[in-house]
Amino acid sequence: MKILTGNDLKTGAVIWWTGVGWSLDVNNAADVGEHGAAVIAREEGAQNVFAAYVIDGEKTPEGVRPAHIKDRIRALGPTVRPDLTLKPSDPEAVNWVI
Amino acid sequence: MYKYDQYDQQMVDTRVAEFRDQVRRRLDGDLTEDQFRPLRLQNGLYLQLHAYMLRVAVPYGTLNSAQMTMLGDIADKYDRGYGHFTTRQNIQYNWIKLEDTPDILADLASVEMHAIQTSGNCIRNISSDQYAGAAADEIVDPRPYAELLRQWSSFHPEFLTLPRKFKIAVIASETDRAAMKLHDIGIKMVRNDAGEIGAQFYVGGGMGRTPMIGPMIREFVPLDQLITYSEACLRVYNRYGRRDNKYKARIKILVHELGKEEYTRQVEEEFRHLLSQGVEPPLAELERIGQYFADPAYETGLSDELDLSDPDFRLWVERNCHAHKQAGYIIATVSLKPVGGIPGDASADQIRLMARIAKDYSFDELRVTHAQNIVFPHIRKVDLYAIWQKLDEAGLGTANLDTVGDIIACPGLDYCSLANARSIPVAQKISERFGSPQKQAELGELKLKISGCINACGHHHAGHIGILGVDRKGVENYQLLLGGCEGADTSLGKITGPGFDEDGIVDAVEKATKVYLANKQGEERFLDTYRRIGMEPFKEAIYG
Repeated sequence: MKILTGNDLKTGAVIWWTGVGWSLDVNNAADVGEHGAAVIAREEGAQNVFAAYVIDGEKTPEGVRPAHIKDRIRALGPTVRPDLTLKPSDPEAVNWVI
Repeated sequence: MYKYDQYDQQMVDTRVAEFRDQVRRRLDGDLTEDQFRPLRLQNGLYLQLHAYMLRVAVPYGTLNSAQMTMLGDIADKYDRGYGHFTTRQNIQYNWIKLEDTPDILADLASVEMHAIQTSGNCIRNISSDQYAGAAADEIVDPRPYAELLRQWSSFHPEFLTLPRKFKIAVIASETDRAAMKLHDIGIKMVRNDAGEIGAQFYVGGGMGRTPMIGPMIREFVPLDQLITYSEACLRVYNRYGRRDNKYKARIKILVHELGKEEYTRQVEEEFRHLLSQGVEPPLAELERIGQYFADPAYETGLSDELDLSDPDFRLWVERNCHAHKQAGYIIATVSLKPVGGIPGDASADQIRLMARIAKDYSFDELRVTHAQNIVFPHIRKVDLYAIWQKLDEAGLGTANLDTVGDIIACPGLDYCSLANARSIPVAQKISERFGSPQKQAELGELKLKISGCINACGHHHAGHIGILGVDRKGVENYQLLLGGCEGADTSLGKITGPGFDEDGIVDAVEKATKVYLANKQGEERFLDTYRRIGMEPFKEAIYG
């Protein structure tokens, strides 16, 4: 699947395109198919996101997982600070990144 | 230390106001990201892997307690309670919000700090010896010259759009504690046969994907020509440095391609021309700046004795303290490398504690080191034990300076959008593997440096043991280098062979240390043994 990520303008937070809006949680990422470039143009123009790009992802039983380790770390947070990740209460969360 | 005059303060305040307006226009949609990016980068605001990152300049690594306190307060108020001290003596915040940035810059300006020229193809923060003004082995305090260079290079219109970024280091002792020869310009303050102070210029050093040791191009530049000669070096680079290829744009490539002799000839020609142009500030300005760096009011008659009956304290003194030029005083380094910790990170509380200690015990001064530690430059020996106890209580009492535990590591793929592999987990595993004081004592001085990509922010080329993280088909892989050194005898590390996974690289480091211990003669350091026996025994042990 193709998923779309970028950063929130005000906070810089990593966000994922859900099909109707943006989410902090990669598990909400939608398959944009071939429409990524069009979504980026529209959403960046509306100031809803910046530095957006399309990546390869995979729908797994555990959730949506970006293909490349860099994007998996973007999706979760720094592996060395689990307390600052999106899943601070889940010590195993880091394992799907690596 | 240097105090802003009305012009410094006005420039910084004006920049804050200007950036506040730029941020407002960006948030209002009047500026696109393409338009805004160079503006935010000029103010040290990057976009990193998880969020905006703000890099704050710490000129030549020197801070007072009010500035250090502010750095802690910013970590609490605008970030997530910590900051990261970098290999260029700066501090970075990893979780900054764009809308907060003007207020952060205003807070910084209130204590004479900023983030200007911490990004972009300009002259970056000038770095220096962290023991400047205190070391027993320096011929002069290098910071007035670094400050003069800072003033010359700040907003210098000719050098704001260089072919690439430009880094300058200034030292003034034989022991190079600033990796001077691995800078675009390295300046060593020296004394000539007539007893005069001047500057020795090394140009074209650097790390990154093409590491080079800067050759000396001028043995002695008189103090009243320091800026003129620097300007000549920059002018030749600005004119002929490559702008067609980002990877060949640093001055080291120009010096290498022209050759040291031809580059020097062109600099000397430009220098002669510039001498008639009056670009040099009057010597009185250097003298004015120098007054800010006068020695503090040291007490005399203090005891040089230390009660070392506490074995943990004794170890810390032996490892982390350094001779001071003034009797009764000592230089103390706080390691930001606890066993299993994140190199260079400090919590807001730790930052403020160090600020308080500096205010109460170190004439209000601290230094950031390029090895990502913090220095109290002027501690009375009689106060040292009490200070160590306070530090130790706060998790800042680790005794491992310049040992295998004192690892330099870039933020790596955990934070950096340029990185190919994570650096910090490797540092943590090595730190844990070699964490015991006994192991560190056995291995002695062993500088280990880790970079998460070829840009070499973790100085892996200059590590006695260096580690470079690479991306091998989407999987982290780590190359091992041996034999690098950043000191007076600067050398570049060589790759041992094929890379390793995360656990494999830790095992490889251990094998290398075993080769050292098996072959060590007398008081040899790891580096000395490597230089004597060469790479082969290490390769055999690691890959055999």
